[in-house]
Amino acid sequence: MNREAAAGLANGEAIRLIGVHKSFGKLRVLKGIDLAVAPHEVICLIGASGSGKSTMLRCVNLLEPIDAGRIVVDGEEITSRGVNVNRIRRHIGIVFQAFNLFPHMTVLRNITLAPREVLGAGREQAEADAGELLDRFGLLDKKDEYPDRLSGGQQQRVAIVRALAMNPDIMLLDEVTSALDPELVAEVLNVIRGLAESGMTMVIATHEMGFARDIADRVCFLDAGVILEQGPPRQIFTAPNHERTRQFLQRIIDAGRL
Amino acid sequence: MPRESRGSRMLGGKRGVLLSTASTIVFFGLIAFFVLRAPGTPLIRQRFFDWRHMKQAFPSVASGFLLNIKIMLISEVLILALALTLAIIRSLPGPVAFPFRLVAIAYVDLFRGIPLILVLFLIGFGVPALSLPGISSYDVVTYGIVSLVLVYSAYVAEVYRAGIESIHESQAAAARSLGLSRWKALRFVVLPQAIRRVIPPLLNDFIGLQKDTALVSVIGPIEAARQAENYGSQTFNFAGYVVAAFLFVLMTIPLARFVDYLIARDRRRRQAGAIL
Repeated sequence: MNREAAAGLANGEAIRLIGVHKSFGKLRVLKGIDLAVAPHEVICLIGASGSGKSTMLRCVNLLEPIDAGRIVVDGEEITSRGVNVNRIRRHIGIVFQAFNLFPHMTVLRNITLAPREVLGAGREQAEADAGELLDRFGLLDKKDEYPDRLSGGQQQRVAIVRALAMNPDIMLLDEVTSALDPELVAEVLNVIRGLAESGMTMVIATHEMGFARDIADRVCFLDAGVILEQGPPRQIFTAPNHERTRQFLQRIIDAGRL
Repeated sequence: MPRESRGSRMLGGKRGVLLSTASTIVFFGLIAFFVLRAPGTPLIRQRFFDWRHMKQAFPSVASGFLLNIKIMLISEVLILALALTLAIIRSLPGPVAFPFRLVAIAYVDLFRGIPLILVLFLIGFGVPALSLPGISSYDVVTYGIVSLVLVYSAYVAEVYRAGIESIHESQAAAARSLGLSRWKALRFVVLPQAIRRVIPPLLNDFIGLQKDTALVSVIGPIEAARQAENYGSQTFNFAGYVVAAFLFVLMTIPLARFVDYLIARDRRRRQAGAIL
């Protein structure tokens, strides 16, 4: 498939992955991922640890180079040679499981760093915008704190604000509640719910099945590096087609997580 | 129960103070006993520790020591810059940067391997002998500084590199994911954390540097050690060396205590972080 054809396929789509392969040494993590994401769509990736959810998100953000296949974002093939990765990443926010806030910077500086250094925003403008975002997520009183003074839930919300400050078209969330104490999960999920309602295009890798069922337009079940099954949450969670999906959901139910 | 345990702890404390006092007295008493009994002691006292000579040697040694301080300060600034450059070059990724990495690695290997005193001879006597216009006509202090910078940068580059590598890859990933270039991710996210982490070992290397400024005297500069030597050759008294040694110690102790303080502060912070 040539580049024009790839772009044509992705016409009007926010993201399209075509036959994406990725290995780490001998370990084959992604074995041909095909996925199209429409603008404003919320996709939840579910699957066991090691099924390739995180790697897939990191590939879309170009944090991992892919071995084969193509990734098209807003009609542009971002995996072709010579693409400026910094320009692509401005439009794609990613939030990590371990927050990855910059510990030597205040909350405010964490958020304004990229707008100032990448977009060239002035200090006052960047801080005003950051303040607005922090206020929206109930974090304005934390703006001068350092990350280690915040709870996990607060840190993760700051990380989400940090990604949003770049005004991305797409947000990738990589198991953003997995490192949180149970009582802190809800505050982060509520933030994501708000983003979904505002029409943000999102791809969310998650272990929170109840949340996925509520929020997703489409659920994709990853198994051994391929999307084994996808569909509306009601179908995936109540009438999965594949035996592997059924087994996975059964384990989740047995663990009391659904 | 709490009263009892508190009481026994205090007893332990008292006993501890008594024991440490006793052992200190015995320890230093024994050393003093044997040293003072040594047959050469009166001579040593006269040659090295004569108060009158010490006072007499002090002005020239102290003025020489100002040169040590000057050499040290200039060298430190240059070392910090050159070493950081080397460390950054060495951490450049990709095949295009290979020759640069190679040069940085070769540099560190070379200058960590050659004894400082040989570098001083090679630079201090070799460069003027080259008779190259522009670089062969500097004074000996400059050649001394260049030698110190060449050697110490190799060590300090490794300290920086250890710091850079100790910052988890996820920090750079987070910065890159926001659209920051590799260089900006390094400058704003990785380096500030790395440098903060290596300040204690950096200061340690600078304690070494302070002392090694005395070695520069082998190519000519009249610094504290050389002044002491001059005083000795004029008066056949070595009190100048003791004065010089005293000045060096005086200078390194505050830095050493500062390093201790920084290490203790880091440990407290890490523990506080762990509790959170």
